[in-house]
Amino acid sequence: MTTTADIPLIATPTAAKDETPVMTKVANYTNKGMGKYIVWAIAALWTVPTLGLLISSFRPEDDIKTTGWWTWFTEPGNVTIDNYTTVLQDKVAGRPFSEFFWNTLQIAIPGAIIPISVAALAAYALSWMHFKGRDTLSVFIVALMVVPLQMCLIPLLRYLFAASWFPNALSGTPSIWIAHSIFAMPLAIFLLKNFIGALPSEVIEAARVDGASHMSIFVKIVLPLSVPAIASLAIFQFLWVWNDLLVAKVFGGGAANQPMTYALVDMVGNKGNEWQLLTAGAFITMIVPLIVFLSLQRYFVRGLLAGSVKG
Amino acid sequence: MGDIFSSLGLVVVGIAAFAAVIGGLYWLASQLPEPWRERARTVVFLGPGLLLLLGLVLPALINFRLAFYDRNGDWYGFGNYRDIFTSSNNIEVLMNTLWWGILVTGASTVIGVVIARFADRMRGEPIAKAAIFLPTAISMVGAGIIWNFVYSPREYGLLNSMIGLLPGEQDIQFFLQDSKLLGIDNQWIPGLNSLLIMVVIIWIQAGFATVVISAALKGVPDDLVEAAKIDGATDRQAFFRVVLPYIKGTIITVVTTIVIAVLKIFDIIQTMGKGGSFGTSTMANEMYEQAFPQDNEGLGAAWAILLFLAVAPIIYVNARNQRAMRGAR
Repeated sequence: MTTTADIPLIATPTAAKDETPVMTKVANYTNKGMGKYIVWAIAALWTVPTLGLLISSFRPEDDIKTTGWWTWFTEPGNVTIDNYTTVLQDKVAGRPFSEFFWNTLQIAIPGAIIPISVAALAAYALSWMHFKGRDTLSVFIVALMVVPLQMCLIPLLRYLFAASWFPNALSGTPSIWIAHSIFAMPLAIFLLKNFIGALPSEVIEAARVDGASHMSIFVKIVLPLSVPAIASLAIFQFLWVWNDLLVAKVFGGGAANQPMTYALVDMVGNKGNEWQLLTAGAFITMIVPLIVFLSLQRYFVRGLLAGSVKG
Repeated sequence: MGDIFSSLGLVVVGIAAFAAVIGGLYWLASQLPEPWRERARTVVFLGPGLLLLLGLVLPALINFRLAFYDRNGDWYGFGNYRDIFTSSNNIEVLMNTLWWGILVTGASTVIGVVIARFADRMRGEPIAKAAIFLPTAISMVGAGIIWNFVYSPREYGLLNSMIGLLPGEQDIQFFLQDSKLLGIDNQWIPGLNSLLIMVVIIWIQAGFATVVISAALKGVPDDLVEAAKIDGATDRQAFFRVVLPYIKGTIITVVTTIVIAVLKIFDIIQTMGKGGSFGTSTMANEMYEQAFPQDNEGLGAAWAILLFLAVAPIIYVNARNQRAMRGAR
């Protein structure tokens, strides 16, 4: 490793972009001709399903249920936002769908912040604090990435979250936070230790010599320098939690704490043909991930890659 | 609960509580005399992480034990594993998972290579790649709804409408219900329903493969390709014999990553396969169905162990490969 105090990634698209403006120097092994048609055909094919749902979500209920969304191009019918207003009021398990949106937000923000903070503290300790068995512990933590979360569901529920001694104040949403934090830990520590451990030791040592405490080094030096790694990890973890169904379903208790994914599965089961609700509901769940995707694509790719070893 | 103020209120309280606990403990640790002060501070930094990791280690160990008990909590030895490998239903689940691993990983990676190769330096490359990459951001549940709509037997089902355009009289297909591949009913080959759900995950994973492979392609030195062509290689030979081997590490990352994701496929089976009905179940789905709705914790635990045995070596390969690539850079 040279100066690349970076998350373990292969070249990122943005990194590559800087090197390739030499278009004229065509070392082109690419076939001209058919190639670009294949690309555009696949790109179109990939867009059609989402586009169909998006268009449908703005069509009146009768139109959705009687004609295909593609007829909208030849004979543009009515456009309405009724589906969205209806679905937000629509009751799932006795609760309006809008409630599940707030639940998701309430799960996903701490579900990303807590594990990353804990992992950053641990990564600092494993990199810059001196204690016996430090390296062995680091290796052990990384090895835990091979444990799939499915292995922990039943025992965690039985002996922790559903145990009689488990504090009531932590049941429901906090349980989902804790569960997500547990499952995120090995990967988050692994990635952040790679980054924090690679920070220049002169900086840390100099601060130590000046009498700075670990906490102030961590807050004033390490955290600001680690922003790229933390941002990528945070986006990955946030979207992972936002899109999660399994963990919330197992640990969240009743419908009152469940995210939108739960509400949507319930709607598919009970109102499978009410497409005016399903289309709008599905889009509401996608809005936040799509905004993150479109505005932070660069970090998104890094996060996705970095998260590729999540257990 | 259920509106923005109470949601964000809980979020703020949760995070503030966490920060206060850490800060308070650190302050307490700082009051201790040396040498205890330094040790206590280390504990404050490392403690929360280790506590959470304990929530991973202990359950994983307990899970091994649970798998030896039956649904009534009586000792069952290796009975759960025997049941998995002898019941034809479960063999279908295992075969489904295997087919998922092969077909989805293969198709996604090949599509990724094709797009990455042909889109490279093409006009409009970022737009085409973004279109293919977009599904990656969507939840499996959302994706399930998008594709349920495509597969619907009603007038608005895109796939049935397209089948209707074929010459001759076409029957409406009830996809994802009881349809069989070419009418064949055999536990060793994937059913049509499974294939239809696999398409959705290919749709999601191909974008990941494209972006990662495309980035790697742009890192291939031009000289290398030029040298091969001066030596008389055709475009095709240069690509398959020089460029692909050069990005081998990236291809391994992509393949292992997709295999891991696919082996653990769950949400989409819940949304599109109605919890694994109609021959669509996979290992992770079966694990959930047995442990929770069916209330057979032992069998669920055994499925989880099998999942661990399947996933662990692949994660190991993936992590080692990433480390090797980092070293090479």
